[in-house]
Amino acid sequence: MVGLQHYLILSALLASLGIIAMVSRRNAISILMGVELILNAASLNFVAFSRFGAGAAGTPLLGGQVFGIFIIVLAAAEAAIALAIIIAIYHARSSINADELRSLQR
Amino acid sequence: MQTTADLIFWIFAAVTILPACVVVFSRNLLYSAFSLLFTLSGVAGLYALMGADFLAVTQVLVYVGGILVLILFGVMFTQKVYDLRVEAISFKRIRAAALGLVVFTSLVSVIRSVPWPQASDRAVQPTSSEIGNLLLSRYLLPFEAISVLLLVVLIGAVVVGKKEVEEESH
Repeated sequence: MVGLQHYLILSALLASLGIIAMVSRRNAISILMGVELILNAASLNFVAFSRFGAGAAGTPLLGGQVFGIFIIVLAAAEAAIALAIIIAIYHARSSINADELRSLQR
Repeated sequence: MQTTADLIFWIFAAVTILPACVVVFSRNLLYSAFSLLFTLSGVAGLYALMGADFLAVTQVLVYVGGILVLILFGVMFTQKVYDLRVEAISFKRIRAAALGLVVFTSLVSVIRSVPWPQASDRAVQPTSSEIGNLLLSRYLLPFEAISVLLLVVLIGAVVVGKKEVEEESH
């Protein structure tokens, strides 16, 4: 019997994988992919609570799905800006290795 | 009936998690990007399984049709296609795996310690019209804020790209 717990553990797994990608990768695009995984995990949580959460029986509880839509829009905006910045950095330095981008350090 | 829904859940969970592992651990950046396709589709399937039909379609349209193409474009644009290897297994990677494991085990221990409400007795019904009503009544302010944000992103992306062309022409 699949319940709320299964969805929560699944999205925890997805978020942990995203954190591993963000911390271990050096390529900026791989880091962006990790962020997308985490955003998907958060959105999955919202929808799971909207499906299984405590509300009046028989009526849908759609606030979680509205927040899922907001998360998708924010992810699209974030990906567009991040890729614009990444391509600008690539043009300027011909590398998108995040470990080499340390010109702000003293 | 119930077992069929459970079986579909496990299939979608596998379709979500296994390619996500490839995204995180693959040495080839192009394989990571294409595996993200399956992860995002699996999440869309889970949305549909939970009765969020509008959100599932939005996920396919925006994520699979838009963001993934954008990421693939970025990968192809910034890498030499025959030189897509990312990095070797390093000490940094082991530390990252340990961090992820700690986060996952702590989250699971919290999730397991709470008595969640079990089966949902809520009927699955179309959500689009209700979501539209919510967006224009209760969530009007975030809706307007996010439209302003999209305008800012549109202008910002153009500005970041335009400056690059000017620098190249000089």
